[in-house]
Amino acid sequence: MGYFLRRLLIAIGTLAVVSVVAFAIIQLPPGDFVDAYVGVLESMGDMVTEDRELAMRQQYGLLEPMYVQYFAWARDFFSGDFGLSMEYKRPVREVIGDRLWLTVAVAAASVAFVWLMALPVGIYSAVRQYSFGDYAFTFIGFLGLAVPNFLLALVVMYFSFRYFGTNVGGLFSPEYVDAPWSFAKVRDLLAHIWIPAIILGTGGTAALIRIMRANLLDELRKPYVVAAKARGLSEWGLILKYPVRVALNPFASTIGYIFPYIVSGSIIVSVVLSLPTVGPLLLRALLAQDMYLAGTIIMMIGTMTVIGTLISDVILVLVDPRIRFTGHR
Amino acid sequence: MPPTHIRSKPPVSADPTPLLSVRNLETHFPLDEGLVIAVDGASFDVQPGKTIGIVGESGCGKSVTARSILGILDRPGKVVGGEILFRRGAKENAGGPVVDLAKLDPNGSEMRAVRGGEIALVFQEPMSSFSPVHTIGTQLMEAIRHHRDVSKAEARRIGIDLLYQVGVPNPEQRIDAYSFQLSGGLRQRAMIATALAAGPSLLIADEPTTALDVTTQAQILDLLRELQDRHGMAIMLITHDLGVIAEMADDVVVMYLGEVVESAPVDAIFHDPKHPYTRALLQSIPSITAPAGEKLATIAGSVPHPNNRPAGCPFHPRCPSFMPGLCDRRMPEATVVAGGHTVRCFLYGERAAAA
Amino acid sequence: MTVRPETVEELPAATEMGVVEERFEVATPRQLIWWRFRRHRLAVASGIILIGFYLAAMFAPFLATSEPTKAEAQRSLMPPMPIHWFDDSGFNPHVFGTAGKRDPKTFKRVYVEDPNKKYEIHFFARGFAYKLFWLIPSNIHLIGIEGARTDEALFLLGTDVQGRDVYSRLLFATQVSMSIGLVGVMISLTLGVVLGGISGFFGGFVDTVIQRVIEILRSIPTIPLWMGLAASLPREWSVLQIYFAITVLVSIFGWTELARVVRGRFLALREEDFVTAARLSGASRPRTIFRHMVPSFSSHIIAASTLAIPEMIIAETALSFLGLGLRPPAVSYGVMLQSAQNIQTVATTPWLMVAAVPVIVAVLAFNFLGDGLRDAADPYSQ
Repeated sequence: MGYFLRRLLIAIGTLAVVSVVAFAIIQLPPGDFVDAYVGVLESMGDMVTEDRELAMRQQYGLLEPMYVQYFAWARDFFSGDFGLSMEYKRPVREVIGDRLWLTVAVAAASVAFVWLMALPVGIYSAVRQYSFGDYAFTFIGFLGLAVPNFLLALVVMYFSFRYFGTNVGGLFSPEYVDAPWSFAKVRDLLAHIWIPAIILGTGGTAALIRIMRANLLDELRKPYVVAAKARGLSEWGLILKYPVRVALNPFASTIGYIFPYIVSGSIIVSVVLSLPTVGPLLLRALLAQDMYLAGTIIMMIGTMTVIGTLISDVILVLVDPRIRFTGHR
Repeated sequence: MPPTHIRSKPPVSADPTPLLSVRNLETHFPLDEGLVIAVDGASFDVQPGKTIGIVGESGCGKSVTARSILGILDRPGKVVGGEILFRRGAKENAGGPVVDLAKLDPNGSEMRAVRGGEIALVFQEPMSSFSPVHTIGTQLMEAIRHHRDVSKAEARRIGIDLLYQVGVPNPEQRIDAYSFQLSGGLRQRAMIATALAAGPSLLIADEPTTALDVTTQAQILDLLRELQDRHGMAIMLITHDLGVIAEMADDVVVMYLGEVVESAPVDAIFHDPKHPYTRALLQSIPSITAPAGEKLATIAGSVPHPNNRPAGCPFHPRCPSFMPGLCDRRMPEATVVAGGHTVRCFLYGERAAAA
Repeated sequence: MTVRPETVEELPAATEMGVVEERFEVATPRQLIWWRFRRHRLAVASGIILIGFYLAAMFAPFLATSEPTKAEAQRSLMPPMPIHWFDDSGFNPHVFGTAGKRDPKTFKRVYVEDPNKKYEIHFFARGFAYKLFWLIPSNIHLIGIEGARTDEALFLLGTDVQGRDVYSRLLFATQVSMSIGLVGVMISLTLGVVLGGISGFFGGFVDTVIQRVIEILRSIPTIPLWMGLAASLPREWSVLQIYFAITVLVSIFGWTELARVVRGRFLALREEDFVTAARLSGASRPRTIFRHMVPSFSSHIIAASTLAIPEMIIAETALSFLGLGLRPPAVSYGVMLQSAQNIQTVATTPWLMVAAVPVIVAVLAFNFLGDGLRDAADPYSQ
């Protein structure tokens, strides 16, 4: 399983880079956690002596060298202790709450949309190359690639407000926003999630349509397609069975890049559409220099991406026998 | 095309009931850069149980002819004229119905029943003629079950038997292998097994040995001959290798730029070639008996791009017997020079009349 | 390989075997690339549009009607002004003066035209003073009005909350946004060519390490990292410092695709016969690389760079849009869009979204141009 080992190595590398950046972001603003915490305490009327400050620094390991602090922070992160949000004066874990899972839900819905759209359209475009439909999809695809998704979100919002008088922002109807989780709330979520999923997915869909189209065009020219045709198979039957199956592999491997791309884009689209995901929270934390919260969110997004990418790698290994048997493609 | 283009008459055939009879086949590729006439009025017959060799340099329309017969031309290729008369069910019943494959919908059910069922194809690239993500068995069994009503287990048994017949060692294991796990020779054997799946009456072998090394080539040719003896199918062997033709073919068709320039029994081609192109081809075969140091004859120039087809006889710019004012004006008609031996050249028959 | 018909001129057939001659007029690769590129109408049109963008950026102060930072609360959120093309005397483009009032019910400012104040539009009118190319002092502008100061009465695309002219700001934003793409791609290009070249030429362990780094960088969700890093930039930095910091940030993740292209070309070329031939004929390693290999893929690099620029423009726009990128008084498309972040603004003052138009047009144009270049880059394929 040389292939999987390599992917695992990349996953670890990615986590390392993200965690160092996240840690740096926490450390960059002047002052440390204790300075900030003392500020919080004093604002609540609690006077803190210098001795107590020093004791606290010792207690939190802030006098240790930087790399020790980094590993302590990383250990805490993976054991679920995310520290304290200065702005909300509550543990980061509570502040984030459901938002992480809603972020995952939006990203997953978007990935699903990308696949469901790009696969058939890409196949159609390749098999009917230079047809009207192919040109039409290519044009829409180019628009999808060129319009940054936050601008698309703005435009969609403007038109839905202007012509339908509705606000497409958010993930829930007002009555469900603060309601506890229930079947009805999930249904309400599903009724709202498709708009951000599509807005987020257009760019990825356009990219994948082009990848699928190019790959399939390559495959369609290969002799095994002619061989299958010469066996008397019907056109669509054989296209779906052979070249599509082969072209699916490079397609599947792109999910490793599509997922980070979508998660990345979801942050900013969430701000525009004011979705209850980690995106707006991250922006607010950064603007307020609430770095524990910001660093944690960045780290969570990174971890989520790595897990998503690993899942797609597993799928890829299952799909492609060449990886199973030879360890490379 | 020259304005005075004259359709060739079908060559006189010795056997009145050929398995496949191609008449004035014309296949065009309307490309953006211009119309490519890949096959321009080719005519020949394939007799049941016999091997016909189709020979010519690369780009002479040999493969396009084969694909026209099977109805699997690459886009935007299209058969625009002529007939492809194929006798169906020839194996069971010598007098089966004759269908014109050129008139059938290439994706229709009848064409698909013929394709793979009665006419099978083996071609050049054993490397990529199997899907890399499916096992050999999947593709073999698919061919079997597509044309025969058998269960999966039965198809697998037949598949293993076919692999055994084509000389694949350990067929029980190899049937579950992926093509990239097999050597080139084994892959071509597996390919032949797939082609045999439905017991075709005609096997089209398009350069079946070109990509293989010399020893494997000989083995594959032996295998084809052996299978022909056992199953009694006709073979249409497409090659540029005259050695293979000499060894395998009963009849030979020589093509140049989409035209059949000469067709004859194999002996006549080798011992009494008529067309200057056939002669040039024969001269370019290396011979062991030639004195050492003798230069091998080559044909001057190369096959012109189909976009700039020369007017008249397409071979005239390279022809040693070029007759100005005649050969570059129009295409000579087919002339019968002996029983079953036809040639299209002004050197024979109608020269005086045309001048 | 096909040879384009206009490059080939065949002599009439020779009469003797062995002397068939063909004469070729040799076309240089550059010509071939240009011919192929020219066939992509969309790419050529995109190239022209982009030239227009950069010309607009260079001549921004000349084209602008007011200074980008000139604010005036009295004319906040004016809608775009209609130009009246005709009057009683025929063709005579003019605008009317407007007066702002507060709607007593909604408390919104509304602007009404005053038909008594008619300002004619003239070419090459005098307006605010500026230095063209930061050198040549001037106060001539492409258009201006007579009867009032242009920068106090002409607002072609309306004004923003602070009463600044959106049209003029858009031109100055073009300077910043379009140049960030170029500067960013230079940095990316340097990184990409050096690392991709090393990776592709040396192969082995070095290649493996660089490839893994690229894969890691590509699987990072970039926007949150950019956001975090941009937010950590010191508050006291000057506009210029922030500009470069943002550019560097954006290019840190942008070089991977370029490196991939360069490495791929290197790997492919290493196997090519002409490179082997060059080596066998005793060319030194640098000579092999720079004389034989680099020219044969410089066109690919140009194409890949062109495709990387829109990424940079989008990244800067996104960061500034969130308020983490360039800060006022700098003005870029993203900075301008920042005011269109919420539904109220979007619904009531849609003209503030106008900066989205050049972003989309520029990004599309760069993509089409890059695609055309990429197709043309290999003049000998197909």
